[in-house]
Amino acid sequence: MAVLEMQRISICAMKKDRKVILEKLQSFGALEVNHVIGEDPDFVRMDTAGQKQGFEKAAASADQALEILEKYAPEKKSMFSALEGKELIEPETGREVQEERRELLKTAKAVYDLDREHAEQLASITKLENSIESLTPWLALDVPMKQKETGRTVMLLGSMPGEMTLERICEVIAEKVPDAVGTDVHIVSAEQSAVYLAVICMKEDAAQVEEALRSEGFARPAQMWDDVPAYQKKELEGQIADCRQRIAQIEDDIRRYADQREKLKIVADYYRVRADKYAVLGQLPQSRRTFLISGYIPHSCAQKVAEYLTGKYDCAVDIEDLKEDEEAPVILKNNPFSASMEGVVESYGLPAKGEIDPTTIMSFFYVFFFGMMLSDAAYGLIVAVACGILVWKFPRMSAGMKKSLKLFFYCGISTVVWGVLFGGYFGNIVDIVSAKFFGRTITPPALWFVPLNEPMKLLLYSLFFGVIHLFTGLAIKGYLCIRDKKYMDFFCDVVLWFMLLIGLILMLLPSSLFASIAQMTIVFPAALNTLAKVLAAAGAIGIVLMSGRSNKNPALRIALGAYDLYNITGWLSDVLSYSRLLALGLATGVIASVINQMGSMLPNNVIGVIFFIIIFLVGHSMNLAINLLGAYVHTNRLQFVEFFGKFYEGGGRPFHPFKENTKYADIKEETLS
Amino acid sequence: MSELGIVYALLGAAVAVLLSGTGSAIGVGIAGQAASGVVTEDPSKFAKVLIIQLLPGTQGLYGLLIGFITLSKIGVLGGGLADLSVQTGLLILAACLPIGVVGLLSAIAQGKTAAAAIGIVAKKPDQFGKAMLFPAMVETYAILALLISFLAVSGIQV
Repeated sequence: MAVLEMQRISICAMKKDRKVILEKLQSFGALEVNHVIGEDPDFVRMDTAGQKQGFEKAAASADQALEILEKYAPEKKSMFSALEGKELIEPETGREVQEERRELLKTAKAVYDLDREHAEQLASITKLENSIESLTPWLALDVPMKQKETGRTVMLLGSMPGEMTLERICEVIAEKVPDAVGTDVHIVSAEQSAVYLAVICMKEDAAQVEEALRSEGFARPAQMWDDVPAYQKKELEGQIADCRQRIAQIEDDIRRYADQREKLKIVADYYRVRADKYAVLGQLPQSRRTFLISGYIPHSCAQKVAEYLTGKYDCAVDIEDLKEDEEAPVILKNNPFSASMEGVVESYGLPAKGEIDPTTIMSFFYVFFFGMMLSDAAYGLIVAVACGILVWKFPRMSAGMKKSLKLFFYCGISTVVWGVLFGGYFGNIVDIVSAKFFGRTITPPALWFVPLNEPMKLLLYSLFFGVIHLFTGLAIKGYLCIRDKKYMDFFCDVVLWFMLLIGLILMLLPSSLFASIAQMTIVFPAALNTLAKVLAAAGAIGIVLMSGRSNKNPALRIALGAYDLYNITGWLSDVLSYSRLLALGLATGVIASVINQMGSMLPNNVIGVIFFIIIFLVGHSMNLAINLLGAYVHTNRLQFVEFFGKFYEGGGRPFHPFKENTKYADIKEETLS
Repeated sequence: MSELGIVYALLGAAVAVLLSGTGSAIGVGIAGQAASGVVTEDPSKFAKVLIIQLLPGTQGLYGLLIGFITLSKIGVLGGGLADLSVQTGLLILAACLPIGVVGLLSAIAQGKTAAAAIGIVAKKPDQFGKAMLFPAMVETYAILALLISFLAVSGIQV
């Protein structure tokens, strides 16, 4: 249960070793670069922004190529691929790929170009299809559309509103241009909204005829083709077919690159790592022949790194403890069981400077409360087994995922224990099945008691566990005060409260109120009763007098003290908050029973059994899912609000080491030689 | 003895399920609208926002729980209606009120909080743990109501 102690390591080495040393440090991944040296005439910083950008671009283009490959030739992935984590590759493979990196970038470029051409071809198909669409009304026309005239006549092509008929058009022409004899009107095609017509008239009448038609809504076609429409259409279709063929070919070509996928992944990672390296390089103060690197390193590996570096290269390594005012990044270090709860603490906030890591103490309460809320042995078993198998099957899953699954594994085990204690196995499935199919109700005995039958008992136990949890939190606060030698705070903020609260509890226990709730009477000896009253009174008076001690004004001080005493209601609501342990436990059990009850209402034949099984599977998976969520959320809440509220604030900064930040594959670590 | 007793009791079960179920439906609906918005922008956040969307759904379950216990208590399940006096029937109805009313209102409030929490996940996915906590704070009061309803229903002698 601890926050790893950080030290500052400063390395000064020759420039000729710069590359290897940086690469080594990056592969150790134990150092967070943080320079304290300011501007100095002897030390300059290199401008590496350009190279860094170049590498980032290279990594991005490889990523893009991979995305494109995924689109055309999707990789076969199992359902659990998200759990598999990064691949591990041999160092030789890594080196081989690095050799080929230029070709691989060309490959990435080629893939990208092919994809772009693919998009272009698709666009031209759409364009051609639009052309065919606008050509369709003219298909019946058997002369080329561009053919405008013969020796004496002119052909006018165009469309008119849908309601026009041949007679009407002829009428219009006859009316408006009476001397245009021999004008011939053909309806090429007609649809709801427009008629398409070809009008042939004498050259000298053309202008007038067109004018007459135009007044009735005549419009020339937007696009004219050289050829006869039917031939034109065939040609366009031919072009579309060509495009499609080309697209198929492009897709084939891209798919042919699919075997480069692994290499592209490695090269993308390679450039990513190099970009990081150059980012760090840009921060290094460098003189003519030497360079400096400085940063935070965990105490445990500082010596090892120093020895390794001084042993191999000409360099000076200096390790020092952090200055008082320096806020070090935080890494949590816990035993294997508690480490799986680190994620929970992280999501609240890492311990700030001067706080302790609450993970270990919290982890036991966490598992305990989680099990109590889910409290069904069968559900717990399912959760534990599922998480156990996943962790075991996918050893390379990401660290965060592994921690969460382990957390649920432990919580599942705790749930089994509580389920056995409370006699819950898929709710009351054993009762239902035995009564329905064997005609005899068998109830698995609860090792402790059945909450549904004695809810008050469980409520009292829930509150009791809550008091223990809260008192632990207050005790940790006391420990922190003593550690920091704030004895006054320890007495006023911790001891007085303990006195008040314990006194109040002791006063409550023998009272008639408690007796009516617990249905049992507790009788204390008179001395204990007096002690309780004395404790409570002393605590209360102490709090009133001492809480406002930072204030000089006596009246204000008392007022502040009285206000602090009002916090007793806060404690009451904190304790009552633990009644959720009972409520959520009941919810799981009762809803499981509802599902079983529904199943048991079915007739006792083959179809009934099939439906029973379906209801069982669907109902219980939903109940498990929603109660798992509930137990998780409310366990977190009990830790974050009630427990952490007593002593913990968080606000630490996570440790971000300079390391090989890969996305797809890790290269197997070479032994330190 | 009156024939109305059982009617009041059943009305109690109906109120518990009806109000809290309605509240949860509204709450999950509000949160679902926010969740859909986030998923349109970034489908990879689906699992996270779905979890938060589900949070206001628990009130409906609590109502179901009380409804079920009431039904089995008054013998609607499994046959053999209990012979209830009007007073007992009304007692059961009163016992069902807390989870019904608090369930209705808290689920709606929780739905709004969940929608806001989904906003946190949209902008800062790494703050998921904290985002989940805000809707859970609202739920506390539904749990308290559930507790009182449960203790009252199971405490009434039939």
